[in-house]
Amino acid sequence: MDVKIKKNLKNYEMDMEFSISSGCLGILGASGCGKSMTLKSIAGIVTPDSGQIIVKNKVLYDHDQKINLRPQDRKVGYLFQNYALFPNMTVKENIVAGILGEQKQRMSKKHIMEWSDYYIRQFHLEGLKDQYPSRLSGGQQQRTALARIFASKPEVMLLDEPFSALDSYLREEMQIELKERVKNFEGCTVLVSHDRDEIYKLCDKTMIVENGKNIICEDTKELFENPRYMIAARLTGCKNISKAKKISEHMIYALDWKVELHVDKKVPERLSYVGVRAHDFIPLKDRGEDQNNLIKICPIEVVETPFEQTILFKNSQNPAEKMWMKQPKGCKYVPDKVRVDPQKILLLEG
Amino acid sequence: MDISPIIISMKTASLAIAITFFAGIIVAYQVASMKHEKAKMIWDGILTLPLVLPPTVAGFFLLYLFGVKRPLGKMLLEFLGVKIAFSWGATVLAAVVISFPLMYRSARGAFEQVDPNLKDAARTLGLSEWTIFWKVVFPNALSGILSGGILAFARGLGEFGATAMIAGNIAGKTRTLPLAVYSNVAAGNLKGAYQYVMILVVISFLVVTGMNYVTYVFQWQNRKEKR
Repeated sequence: MDVKIKKNLKNYEMDMEFSISSGCLGILGASGCGKSMTLKSIAGIVTPDSGQIIVKNKVLYDHDQKINLRPQDRKVGYLFQNYALFPNMTVKENIVAGILGEQKQRMSKKHIMEWSDYYIRQFHLEGLKDQYPSRLSGGQQQRTALARIFASKPEVMLLDEPFSALDSYLREEMQIELKERVKNFEGCTVLVSHDRDEIYKLCDKTMIVENGKNIICEDTKELFENPRYMIAARLTGCKNISKAKKISEHMIYALDWKVELHVDKKVPERLSYVGVRAHDFIPLKDRGEDQNNLIKICPIEVVETPFEQTILFKNSQNPAEKMWMKQPKGCKYVPDKVRVDPQKILLLEG
Repeated sequence: MDISPIIISMKTASLAIAITFFAGIIVAYQVASMKHEKAKMIWDGILTLPLVLPPTVAGFFLLYLFGVKRPLGKMLLEFLGVKIAFSWGATVLAAVVISFPLMYRSARGAFEQVDPNLKDAARTLGLSEWTIFWKVVFPNALSGILSGGILAFARGLGEFGATAMIAGNIAGKTRTLPLAVYSNVAAGNLKGAYQYVMILVVISFLVVTGMNYVTYVFQWQNRKEKR
Protein backbone atom coordinates (compact mmCIF):
# COMPACT_ATOMS: atom_id res chain seq x y z
CA MET A 1 0.00 0.00 0.00
CA ASP A 2 1.39 3.39 -1.01
CA VAL A 3 -0.09 6.56 0.36
CA LYS A 4 0.94 10.08 -0.52
CA ILE A 5 -1.70 12.67 0.25
CA LYS A 6 -2.08 16.33 1.06
CA LYS A 7 -5.08 18.13 2.41
CA ASN A 8 -5.61 21.58 3.79
CA LEU A 9 -7.49 21.45 7.06
CA LYS A 10 -8.62 24.14 9.43
CA ASN A 11 -5.79 23.92 11.96
CA TYR A 12 -2.98 22.35 9.96
CA GLU A 13 -2.00 20.98 6.63
CA MET A 14 -2.04 17.23 6.32
CA ASP A 15 0.94 15.94 4.38
CA MET A 16 1.38 12.19 4.66
CA GLU A 17 3.61 9.85 2.80
CA PHE A 18 4.18 6.23 3.67
CA SER A 19 4.14 2.78 2.20
CA ILE A 20 3.87 -0.69 3.68
CA SER A 21 3.95 -4.02 1.92
CA SER A 22 2.50 -6.19 4.66
CA GLY A 23 1.86 -6.40 8.37
CA CYS A 24 0.59 -3.70 10.65
CA LEU A 25 1.58 -0.06 10.59
CA GLY A 26 0.91 2.01 13.68
CA ILE A 27 0.32 5.72 13.46
CA LEU A 28 1.16 7.36 16.76
CA GLY A 29 0.26 10.97 17.42
CA ALA A 30 -1.51 13.30 19.80
CA SER A 31 -5.28 13.78 19.48
CA GLY A 32 -6.27 15.85 16.49
CA CYS A 33 -3.00 15.56 14.59
CA GLY A 34 -4.55 14.14 11.44
CA LYS A 35 -4.37 10.43 12.20
CA SER A 36 -8.05 9.72 11.69
CA MET A 37 -8.10 12.04 8.70
CA THR A 38 -5.46 9.87 7.07
CA LEU A 39 -7.53 6.75 7.60
CA LYS A 40 -10.67 8.47 6.31
CA SER A 41 -8.79 9.52 3.19
CA ILE A 42 -7.67 5.96 2.55
CA ALA A 43 -11.21 4.68 3.03
CA GLY A 44 -12.62 7.34 0.71
CA ILE A 45 -14.77 8.98 3.36
CA VAL A 46 -12.93 12.27 2.84
CA THR A 47 -11.18 13.34 -0.33
CA PRO A 48 -7.65 14.74 -0.12
CA ASP A 49 -6.64 17.82 -2.10
CA SER A 50 -3.88 16.06 -3.97
CA GLY A 51 -1.75 12.94 -4.05
CA GLN A 52 -2.43 9.27 -4.64
CA ILE A 53 -3.41 6.11 -2.81
CA ILE A 54 -2.51 2.73 -4.27
CA VAL A 55 -3.34 -0.65 -2.78
CA LYS A 56 -1.93 -3.80 -4.40
CA ASN A 57 -1.47 -2.08 -7.77
CA LYS A 58 -5.06 -0.83 -7.65
CA VAL A 59 -5.34 2.94 -7.75
CA LEU A 60 -7.91 4.06 -5.18
CA TYR A 61 -7.22 7.73 -5.58
CA ASP A 62 -5.08 9.75 -7.93
CA HIS A 63 -5.58 13.47 -8.13
CA ASP A 64 -3.67 13.93 -11.38
CA GLN A 65 -5.40 11.08 -13.16
CA LYS A 66 -8.74 12.16 -11.68
CA ILE A 67 -9.35 8.75 -10.14
CA ASN A 68 -11.37 8.69 -6.93
CA LEU A 69 -13.08 5.39 -6.22
CA ARG A 70 -16.19 5.36 -4.04
CA PRO A 71 -15.69 3.87 -0.55
CA GLN A 72 -17.88 1.00 -1.76
CA ASP A 73 -15.35 0.03 -4.43
CA ARG A 74 -12.18 0.35 -2.38
CA LYS A 75 -12.32 -2.89 -0.38
CA VAL A 76 -11.05 -1.08 2.69
CA GLY A 77 -12.33 -2.22 6.08
CA TYR A 78 -12.71 0.52 8.65
CA LEU A 79 -13.09 -0.16 12.36
CA PHE A 80 -14.54 2.97 13.89
CA GLN A 81 -13.68 4.23 17.34
CA ASN A 82 -17.29 3.65 18.43
CA TYR A 83 -17.54 0.54 16.17
CA ALA A 84 -20.51 2.05 14.26
CA LEU A 85 -22.68 -1.05 14.56
CA PHE A 86 -26.14 -0.59 13.06
CA PRO A 87 -28.37 -0.22 16.14
CA ASN A 88 -31.47 -1.41 14.27
CA MET A 89 -29.86 -4.72 13.35
CA THR A 90 -28.95 -7.73 15.47
CA VAL A 91 -25.40 -9.07 15.61
CA LYS A 92 -26.25 -11.52 12.87
CA GLU A 93 -27.92 -8.89 10.69
CA ASN A 94 -24.90 -6.64 11.08
CA ILE A 95 -22.67 -9.43 9.84
CA VAL A 96 -25.04 -10.21 6.99
CA ALA A 97 -24.80 -6.53 5.98
CA GLY A 98 -21.04 -7.05 5.57
CA ILE A 99 -21.61 -10.17 3.47
CA LEU A 100 -24.15 -8.42 1.26
CA GLY A 101 -21.85 -5.45 0.82
CA GLU A 102 -19.10 -7.70 -0.47
CA GLN A 103 -21.37 -9.75 -2.68
CA LYS A 104 -22.19 -7.62 -5.69
CA GLN A 105 -24.46 -10.21 -7.29
CA ARG A 106 -27.33 -12.00 -5.60
CA MET A 107 -26.51 -14.80 -3.25
CA SER A 108 -28.86 -17.56 -2.12
CA LYS A 109 -30.33 -17.17 1.33
CA LYS A 110 -28.84 -20.46 2.43
CA HIS A 111 -25.41 -19.35 1.35
CA ILE A 112 -25.69 -16.09 3.27
CA MET A 113 -26.76 -17.97 6.40
CA GLU A 114 -23.83 -20.36 6.11
CA TRP A 115 -21.36 -17.53 5.80
CA SER A 116 -22.87 -15.53 8.63
CA ASP A 117 -22.78 -18.61 10.88
CA TYR A 118 -19.14 -19.05 9.94
CA TYR A 119 -18.24 -15.53 11.04
CA ILE A 120 -20.36 -15.81 14.18
CA ARG A 121 -18.34 -18.88 15.17
CA GLN A 122 -15.04 -17.32 14.17
CA PHE A 123 -15.64 -14.33 16.40
CA HIS A 124 -17.18 -16.23 19.33
CA LEU A 125 -20.59 -14.59 19.02
CA GLU A 126 -22.69 -17.75 19.12
CA GLY A 127 -24.96 -16.87 22.02
CA LEU A 128 -25.36 -13.27 20.96
CA LYS A 129 -26.43 -13.44 17.35
CA ASP A 130 -29.99 -12.26 18.03
CA GLN A 131 -29.00 -9.45 20.37
CA TYR A 132 -29.05 -5.80 19.40
CA PRO A 133 -25.73 -3.93 19.73
CA SER A 134 -26.94 -1.78 22.65
CA ARG A 135 -27.08 -4.94 24.77
CA LEU A 136 -23.49 -5.99 24.09
CA SER A 137 -20.37 -5.23 26.10
CA GLY A 138 -17.61 -3.15 24.53
CA GLY A 139 -15.56 -6.22 23.70
CA GLN A 140 -18.52 -8.00 22.11
CA GLN A 141 -19.30 -4.89 20.08
CA GLN A 142 -15.75 -4.80 18.82
CA ARG A 143 -15.89 -8.47 17.87
CA THR A 144 -19.14 -7.91 16.00
CA ALA A 145 -17.69 -4.93 14.17
CA LEU A 146 -14.62 -6.95 13.22
CA ALA A 147 -16.73 -9.89 12.10
CA ARG A 148 -18.73 -7.51 9.93
CA ILE A 149 -15.52 -6.09 8.42
CA PHE A 150 -14.04 -9.55 7.75
CA ALA A 151 -17.35 -10.58 6.17
CA SER A 152 -16.91 -7.79 3.63
CA LYS A 153 -13.52 -9.30 2.69
CA PRO A 154 -11.33 -6.18 2.72
CA GLU A 155 -7.84 -5.92 1.27
CA VAL A 156 -6.78 -3.30 3.79
CA MET A 157 -7.91 -2.92 7.36
CA LEU A 158 -7.97 0.43 9.12
CA LEU A 159 -8.31 0.49 12.90
CA ASP A 160 -9.17 3.87 14.39
CA GLU A 161 -8.34 3.94 18.13
CA PRO A 162 -9.86 0.47 18.51
CA PHE A 163 -9.47 0.23 22.29
CA SER A 164 -10.35 3.71 23.45
CA ALA A 165 -13.93 2.70 24.24
CA LEU A 166 -12.91 -0.23 26.45
CA ASP A 167 -12.05 -0.34 30.13
CA SER A 168 -8.49 -1.29 30.98
CA TYR A 169 -9.19 -4.93 31.81
CA LEU A 170 -11.11 -5.58 28.61
CA ARG A 171 -8.59 -3.55 26.68
CA GLU A 172 -5.69 -5.89 27.38
CA GLU A 173 -7.82 -8.89 26.53
CA MET A 174 -8.99 -7.43 23.23
CA GLN A 175 -5.48 -6.30 22.33
CA ILE A 176 -4.30 -9.90 22.44
CA GLU A 177 -7.30 -11.03 20.42
CA LEU A 178 -6.89 -8.31 17.82
CA LYS A 179 -3.17 -8.97 17.51
CA GLU A 180 -3.98 -12.54 16.55
CA ARG A 181 -6.55 -11.43 13.96
CA VAL A 182 -4.21 -8.87 12.48
CA LYS A 183 -1.47 -11.50 12.22
CA ASN A 184 -3.76 -13.85 10.31
CA PHE A 185 -5.09 -11.10 8.05
CA GLU A 186 -3.55 -11.27 4.59
CA GLY A 187 -3.63 -7.60 3.69
CA CYS A 188 -2.08 -4.56 5.32
CA THR A 189 -3.40 -3.10 8.53
CA VAL A 190 -3.11 0.48 9.71
CA LEU A 191 -3.75 1.17 13.37
CA VAL A 192 -4.15 4.68 14.66
CA SER A 193 -3.66 5.45 18.32
CA HIS A 194 -2.38 7.94 20.82
CA ASP A 195 -1.45 5.10 23.17
CA ARG A 196 2.13 3.91 22.81
CA ASP A 197 1.47 0.57 24.52
CA GLU A 198 -1.15 -0.36 21.94
CA ILE A 199 1.15 0.53 19.09
CA TYR A 200 4.07 -1.33 20.64
CA LYS A 201 1.99 -4.47 21.18
CA LEU A 202 0.34 -4.66 17.79
CA CYS A 203 2.42 -2.93 15.15
CA ASP A 204 5.48 -4.03 13.21
CA LYS A 205 6.22 -0.53 12.00
CA THR A 206 5.42 2.77 13.64
CA MET A 207 4.97 6.19 12.18
CA ILE A 208 5.08 9.32 14.31
CA VAL A 209 2.76 12.12 13.25
CA GLU A 210 2.67 15.72 14.36
CA ASN A 211 0.41 18.44 12.95
CA GLY A 212 -0.54 16.34 9.97
CA LYS A 213 3.00 15.46 8.94
CA ASN A 214 4.85 12.20 9.40
CA ILE A 215 8.09 12.81 11.26
CA ILE A 216 9.57 9.35 11.20
CA CYS A 217 8.51 5.86 10.15
CA GLU A 218 10.48 2.88 11.38
CA ASP A 219 10.44 -0.59 12.79
CA THR A 220 8.52 -0.33 16.06
CA LYS A 221 11.16 -1.83 18.35
CA GLU A 222 13.91 0.31 16.86
CA LEU A 223 11.83 3.43 17.12
CA PHE A 224 11.14 2.92 20.80
CA GLU A 225 14.81 2.15 21.34
CA ASN A 226 16.05 5.21 19.54
CA PRO A 227 13.31 7.73 18.73
CA ARG A 228 15.78 10.20 17.14
CA TYR A 229 13.33 13.09 17.25
CA MET A 230 12.12 15.02 20.25
CA ILE A 231 8.47 14.58 19.34
CA ALA A 232 8.98 10.85 18.75
CA ALA A 233 10.64 10.54 22.17
CA ARG A 234 7.73 12.34 23.82
CA LEU A 235 5.09 10.23 22.07
CA THR A 236 6.86 6.99 22.85
CA GLY A 237 6.64 7.96 26.50
CA CYS A 238 9.86 9.70 27.37
CA LYS A 239 9.02 11.97 30.32
CA ASN A 240 12.34 13.79 30.74
CA ILE A 241 13.43 15.92 27.84
CA SER A 242 15.87 18.81 27.98
CA LYS A 243 17.38 21.15 25.42
CA ALA A 244 20.95 20.08 24.81
CA LYS A 245 24.12 21.00 22.99
CA LYS A 246 27.11 19.06 21.88
CA ILE A 247 30.38 19.44 23.81
CA SER A 248 32.48 16.73 22.22
CA GLU A 249 32.06 13.44 20.33
CA HIS A 250 30.74 11.63 23.39
CA MET A 251 29.76 14.45 25.69
CA ILE A 252 26.73 16.71 25.77
CA TYR A 253 25.42 19.47 27.98
CA ALA A 254 21.73 19.39 28.98
CA LEU A 255 20.74 23.04 29.07
CA ASP A 256 17.55 22.73 31.13
CA TRP A 257 19.04 20.29 33.63
CA LYS A 258 22.40 22.07 33.75
CA VAL A 259 24.39 18.84 33.74
CA GLU A 260 27.03 17.32 31.53
CA LEU A 261 26.31 13.83 30.31
CA HIS A 262 28.53 11.16 28.82
CA VAL A 263 26.96 9.23 26.00
CA ASP A 264 27.99 6.02 24.27
CA LYS A 265 26.79 6.90 20.81
CA LYS A 266 28.50 9.47 18.68
CA VAL A 267 26.74 12.78 19.18
CA PRO A 268 25.09 13.95 15.94
CA GLU A 269 25.75 17.51 14.71
CA ARG A 270 22.05 18.37 14.71
CA LEU A 271 21.49 17.43 18.34
CA SER A 272 19.10 19.79 20.01
CA TYR A 273 17.46 17.75 22.77
CA VAL A 274 18.33 14.98 25.16
CA GLY A 275 15.88 12.54 26.66
CA VAL A 276 15.98 10.08 29.54
CA ARG A 277 13.17 7.62 30.10
CA ALA A 278 11.73 7.57 33.60
CA HIS A 279 12.72 3.91 33.96
CA ASP A 280 16.35 4.56 33.09
CA PHE A 281 17.32 6.56 36.18
CA ILE A 282 19.25 4.43 38.64
CA PRO A 283 18.69 5.59 42.21
CA LEU A 284 21.82 5.94 44.35
CA LYS A 285 22.38 6.84 47.96
CA ASP A 286 25.63 7.61 49.79
CA ARG A 287 27.73 5.92 47.16
CA GLY A 288 28.81 6.08 43.57
CA GLU A 289 30.30 9.53 43.88
CA ASP A 290 33.01 8.58 41.46
CA GLN A 291 30.65 7.58 38.62
CA ASN A 292 29.71 9.70 35.63
CA ASN A 293 26.26 11.05 34.71
CA LEU A 294 25.21 11.75 38.26
CA ILE A 295 22.38 14.10 39.02
CA LYS A 296 21.79 15.32 42.56
CA ILE A 297 18.10 15.32 43.25
CA CYS A 298 15.55 16.51 45.71
CA PRO A 299 12.39 14.37 45.66
CA ILE A 300 9.08 16.24 45.68
CA GLU A 301 6.54 13.51 45.60
CA VAL A 302 6.20 9.76 45.41
CA VAL A 303 3.16 8.41 43.56
CA GLU A 304 2.38 4.74 43.87
CA THR A 305 0.63 2.55 41.34
CA PRO A 306 -0.04 -1.13 42.08
CA PHE A 307 3.32 -2.40 40.84
CA GLU A 308 5.44 0.67 40.46
CA GLN A 309 6.26 3.92 42.07
CA THR A 310 6.85 7.19 40.35
CA ILE A 311 9.13 9.69 41.99
CA LEU A 312 8.78 13.28 40.96
CA PHE A 313 11.94 15.17 41.79
CA LYS A 314 13.75 18.46 41.42
CA ASN A 315 17.18 18.57 40.00
CA SER A 316 19.51 20.33 42.49
CA GLN A 317 21.40 21.99 39.65
CA ASN A 318 18.27 23.69 38.36
CA PRO A 319 15.35 23.41 40.81
CA ALA A 320 12.92 24.92 38.33
CA GLU A 321 12.96 21.69 36.32
CA LYS A 322 10.79 18.81 37.44
CA MET A 323 11.86 15.33 36.44
CA TRP A 324 10.32 11.90 36.68
CA MET A 325 11.63 8.51 37.52
CA LYS A 326 9.92 5.17 37.85
CA GLN A 327 11.11 2.20 39.85
CA PRO A 328 9.71 -1.09 41.02
CA LYS A 329 7.92 -0.94 44.34
CA GLY A 330 9.68 -1.99 47.46
CA CYS A 331 12.59 0.40 47.11
CA LYS A 332 12.61 1.49 50.69
CA TYR A 333 14.85 4.52 50.54
CA VAL A 334 14.32 7.72 48.63
CA PRO A 335 17.49 8.45 46.67
CA ASP A 336 19.41 11.71 46.89
CA LYS A 337 21.08 11.24 43.54
CA VAL A 338 20.45 9.31 40.36
CA ARG A 339 22.61 8.07 37.57
CA VAL A 340 21.92 7.43 33.90
CA ASP A 341 23.74 4.80 31.94
CA PRO A 342 25.50 6.46 28.96
CA GLN A 343 23.89 3.81 26.73
CA LYS A 344 20.40 4.80 27.74
CA ILE A 345 20.59 8.49 26.88
CA LEU A 346 18.39 9.44 23.92
CA LEU A 347 20.00 11.92 21.55
CA LEU A 348 17.28 13.85 19.80
CA GLU A 349 16.78 16.27 16.95
CA GLY A 350 14.19 19.00 17.10
CA MET B 1 -75.40 18.31 12.00
CA ASP B 2 -73.80 18.74 8.59
CA ILE B 3 -71.12 16.07 8.37
CA SER B 4 -69.58 17.33 5.13
CA PRO B 5 -66.85 19.36 6.94
CA ILE B 6 -65.74 16.18 8.74
CA ILE B 7 -65.48 14.27 5.49
CA ILE B 8 -63.78 17.13 3.66
CA SER B 9 -61.31 17.63 6.51
CA MET B 10 -60.43 13.95 6.75
CA LYS B 11 -60.00 13.65 3.00
CA THR B 12 -57.88 16.80 2.85
CA ALA B 13 -55.71 15.91 5.82
CA SER B 14 -55.16 12.33 4.56
CA LEU B 15 -54.12 13.31 1.05
CA ALA B 16 -52.06 16.21 2.37
CA ILE B 17 -50.11 14.02 4.80
CA ALA B 18 -49.45 11.44 2.07
CA ILE B 19 -47.80 14.17 0.01
CA THR B 20 -46.09 15.97 2.90
CA PHE B 21 -44.73 12.80 4.47
CA PHE B 22 -42.76 11.60 1.46
CA ALA B 23 -41.84 15.03 0.12
CA GLY B 24 -40.69 16.03 3.60
CA ILE B 25 -38.49 12.93 3.97
CA ILE B 26 -36.89 13.33 0.57
CA VAL B 27 -36.24 17.05 0.96
CA ALA B 28 -35.00 16.60 4.53
CA TYR B 29 -32.52 13.93 3.45
CA GLN B 30 -31.28 16.12 0.63
CA VAL B 31 -30.79 19.12 2.92
CA ALA B 32 -29.23 17.00 5.68
CA SER B 33 -26.70 15.58 3.21
CA MET B 34 -25.75 19.02 1.84
CA LYS B 35 -22.06 19.76 2.26
CA HIS B 36 -22.23 23.50 1.67
CA GLU B 37 -23.18 25.13 4.98
CA LYS B 38 -24.49 28.40 3.52
CA ALA B 39 -26.63 26.73 0.89
CA LYS B 40 -27.97 24.53 3.66
CA MET B 41 -28.99 27.55 5.75
CA ILE B 42 -30.70 29.30 2.86
CA TRP B 43 -32.63 26.22 1.80
CA ASP B 44 -33.62 25.60 5.37
CA GLY B 45 -34.86 29.18 5.63
CA ILE B 46 -37.01 28.88 2.52
CA LEU B 47 -38.44 25.52 3.54
CA THR B 48 -39.23 26.65 7.08
CA LEU B 49 -40.81 29.93 6.06
CA PRO B 50 -44.42 28.67 5.92
CA LEU B 51 -44.08 27.63 9.57
CA VAL B 52 -43.20 31.10 10.80
CA LEU B 53 -45.22 33.24 8.42
CA PRO B 54 -48.82 33.95 9.37
CA PRO B 55 -50.90 31.39 7.44
CA THR B 56 -52.78 34.24 5.78
CA VAL B 57 -49.51 35.45 4.27
CA ALA B 58 -48.71 31.96 3.03
CA GLY B 59 -52.26 31.85 1.64
CA PHE B 60 -51.70 35.20 -0.01
CA PHE B 61 -48.62 33.86 -1.81
CA LEU B 62 -50.53 30.76 -2.89
CA LEU B 63 -53.29 32.94 -4.27
CA TYR B 64 -50.66 35.03 -5.97
CA LEU B 65 -49.24 31.92 -7.67
CA PHE B 66 -52.31 29.80 -8.30
CA GLY B 67 -55.03 32.40 -8.85
CA VAL B 68 -56.83 31.85 -12.16
CA LYS B 69 -55.46 35.11 -13.54
CA ARG B 70 -51.88 34.45 -12.35
CA PRO B 71 -49.32 32.83 -14.69
CA LEU B 72 -49.07 29.49 -12.87
CA GLY B 73 -52.80 29.16 -12.24
CA LYS B 74 -53.53 30.18 -15.81
CA MET B 75 -51.10 27.66 -17.18
CA LEU B 76 -52.60 24.83 -15.11
CA LEU B 77 -56.09 25.83 -16.22
CA GLU B 78 -55.23 26.17 -19.91
CA PHE B 79 -53.01 23.14 -20.37
CA LEU B 80 -54.37 20.67 -17.84
CA GLY B 81 -57.82 22.05 -17.27
CA VAL B 82 -57.19 22.09 -13.54
CA LYS B 83 -58.51 24.91 -11.48
CA ILE B 84 -56.76 25.11 -8.14
CA ALA B 85 -58.03 28.26 -6.47
CA PHE B 86 -61.33 27.84 -4.61
CA SER B 87 -61.55 24.12 -5.32
CA TRP B 88 -61.08 21.12 -3.03
CA GLY B 89 -57.53 20.79 -4.38
CA ALA B 90 -56.77 24.17 -2.84
CA THR B 91 -57.55 22.88 0.65
CA VAL B 92 -55.02 20.11 0.07
CA LEU B 93 -52.48 22.57 -1.32
CA ALA B 94 -52.86 24.85 1.69
CA ALA B 95 -52.57 21.94 4.14
CA VAL B 96 -49.47 20.62 2.37
CA VAL B 97 -47.70 23.98 2.31
CA ILE B 98 -48.44 24.76 5.94
CA SER B 99 -47.69 21.30 7.35
CA PHE B 100 -44.60 20.68 5.21
CA PRO B 101 -42.10 22.56 7.43
CA LEU B 102 -43.10 20.48 10.47
CA MET B 103 -42.49 17.26 8.59
CA TYR B 104 -39.32 18.53 6.99
CA ARG B 105 -37.81 19.81 10.22
CA SER B 106 -38.63 16.69 12.23
CA ALA B 107 -37.26 14.42 9.53
CA ARG B 108 -34.13 16.50 9.10
CA GLY B 109 -33.50 16.50 12.85
CA ALA B 110 -34.03 12.73 12.89
CA PHE B 111 -31.59 12.21 10.02
CA GLU B 112 -28.98 14.42 11.62
CA GLN B 113 -29.29 12.49 14.88
CA VAL B 114 -28.15 9.34 13.10
CA ASP B 115 -24.44 8.79 13.78
CA PRO B 116 -22.64 9.77 10.55
CA ASN B 117 -20.18 6.94 11.18
CA LEU B 118 -23.02 4.51 10.42
CA LYS B 119 -23.27 5.79 6.87
CA ASP B 120 -19.52 5.75 6.40
CA ALA B 121 -19.24 2.27 7.89
CA ALA B 122 -21.95 1.03 5.55
CA ARG B 123 -20.12 2.57 2.60
CA THR B 124 -16.81 0.92 3.46
CA LEU B 125 -18.65 -2.39 3.77
CA GLY B 126 -19.79 -1.90 0.18
CA LEU B 127 -23.50 -1.22 0.65
CA SER B 128 -25.17 0.92 -2.02
CA GLU B 129 -26.47 4.40 -1.18
CA TRP B 130 -30.01 3.12 -1.72
CA THR B 131 -29.53 0.27 0.76
CA ILE B 132 -27.82 2.61 3.21
CA PHE B 133 -30.78 4.95 3.18
CA TRP B 134 -33.50 2.31 3.55
CA LYS B 135 -31.71 -0.19 5.79
CA VAL B 136 -29.54 2.04 7.96
CA VAL B 137 -30.49 5.72 7.99
CA PHE B 138 -34.25 5.44 7.69
CA PRO B 139 -34.83 2.81 10.42
CA ASN B 140 -32.61 4.71 12.83
CA ALA B 141 -34.45 7.95 12.12
CA LEU B 142 -37.88 6.32 12.13
CA SER B 143 -39.17 7.46 15.49
CA GLY B 144 -38.38 11.10 14.67
CA ILE B 145 -39.86 10.77 11.20
CA LEU B 146 -43.08 9.22 12.46
CA SER B 147 -43.59 11.80 15.15
CA GLY B 148 -42.97 14.50 12.53
CA GLY B 149 -45.56 12.88 10.27
CA ILE B 150 -48.15 12.81 13.02
CA LEU B 151 -47.51 16.44 13.93
CA ALA B 152 -47.81 17.40 10.27
CA PHE B 153 -51.09 15.50 10.00
CA ALA B 154 -52.50 17.33 13.01
CA ARG B 155 -51.34 20.65 11.63
CA GLY B 156 -52.90 19.89 8.23
CA LEU B 157 -56.18 18.96 9.91
CA GLY B 158 -56.26 22.24 11.80
CA GLU B 159 -55.26 24.44 8.88
CA PHE B 160 -57.40 27.58 8.70
CA GLY B 161 -55.73 30.79 7.47
CA ALA B 162 -54.16 29.71 4.21
CA THR B 163 -57.18 27.55 3.39
CA ALA B 164 -59.52 30.48 3.82
CA MET B 165 -57.34 32.57 1.51
CA ILE B 166 -56.92 30.19 -1.41
CA ALA B 167 -59.80 27.73 -1.05
CA GLY B 168 -62.41 30.03 0.41
CA ASN B 169 -65.20 28.78 2.60
CA ILE B 170 -67.58 27.04 0.24
CA ALA B 171 -70.00 24.79 2.11
CA GLY B 172 -69.79 21.16 1.00
CA LYS B 173 -66.73 21.87 -1.12
CA THR B 174 -63.92 23.61 0.70
CA ARG B 175 -65.41 24.12 4.16
CA THR B 176 -63.14 22.09 6.44
CA LEU B 177 -63.72 21.61 10.17
CA PRO B 178 -61.85 24.75 11.32
CA LEU B 179 -63.72 26.82 8.73
CA ALA B 180 -67.01 25.23 9.81
CA VAL B 181 -66.28 26.31 13.40
CA TYR B 182 -65.61 29.85 12.21
CA SER B 183 -68.71 29.98 10.00
CA ASN B 184 -70.98 28.71 12.76
CA VAL B 185 -69.64 31.22 15.26
CA ALA B 186 -69.91 34.01 12.70
CA ALA B 187 -73.51 33.04 12.12
CA GLY B 188 -74.18 33.02 15.88
CA ASN B 189 -74.73 29.25 15.94
CA LEU B 190 -72.59 28.40 18.98
CA LYS B 191 -74.20 24.98 19.41
CA GLY B 192 -73.16 23.97 15.88
CA ALA B 193 -69.66 25.26 16.46
CA TYR B 194 -69.42 23.31 19.72
CA GLN B 195 -69.93 19.97 17.95
CA TYR B 196 -67.16 20.63 15.46
CA VAL B 197 -64.88 21.88 18.22
CA MET B 198 -65.38 18.66 20.16
CA ILE B 199 -64.57 16.57 17.11
CA LEU B 200 -61.38 18.54 16.50
CA VAL B 201 -60.31 18.33 20.14
CA VAL B 202 -60.86 14.58 20.27
CA ILE B 203 -59.01 13.90 17.03
CA SER B 204 -56.11 16.18 17.97
CA PHE B 205 -55.78 14.59 21.40
CA LEU B 206 -55.76 11.09 19.93
CA VAL B 207 -53.16 12.13 17.40
CA VAL B 208 -50.78 13.65 19.92
CA THR B 209 -51.15 10.73 22.33
CA GLY B 210 -50.59 8.37 19.44
CA MET B 211 -47.45 10.26 18.60
CA ASN B 212 -46.07 9.85 22.09
CA TYR B 213 -46.85 6.16 21.97
CA VAL B 214 -45.20 5.66 18.59
CA THR B 215 -42.08 7.53 19.65
CA TYR B 216 -41.88 5.38 22.76
CA VAL B 217 -42.33 2.12 20.89
CA PHE B 218 -39.72 2.88 18.25
CA GLN B 219 -37.17 3.98 20.76
CA TRP B 220 -37.33 0.89 22.89
CA GLN B 221 -38.02 -1.72 20.31
CA ASN B 222 -34.36 -1.80 19.38
CA ARG B 223 -33.15 -2.61 22.84
CA LYS B 224 -34.89 -5.92 23.25
CA GLU B 225 -33.65 -9.21 21.98
CA LYS B 226 -35.07 -10.25 18.65
CA ARG B 227 -37.34 -13.28 18.84
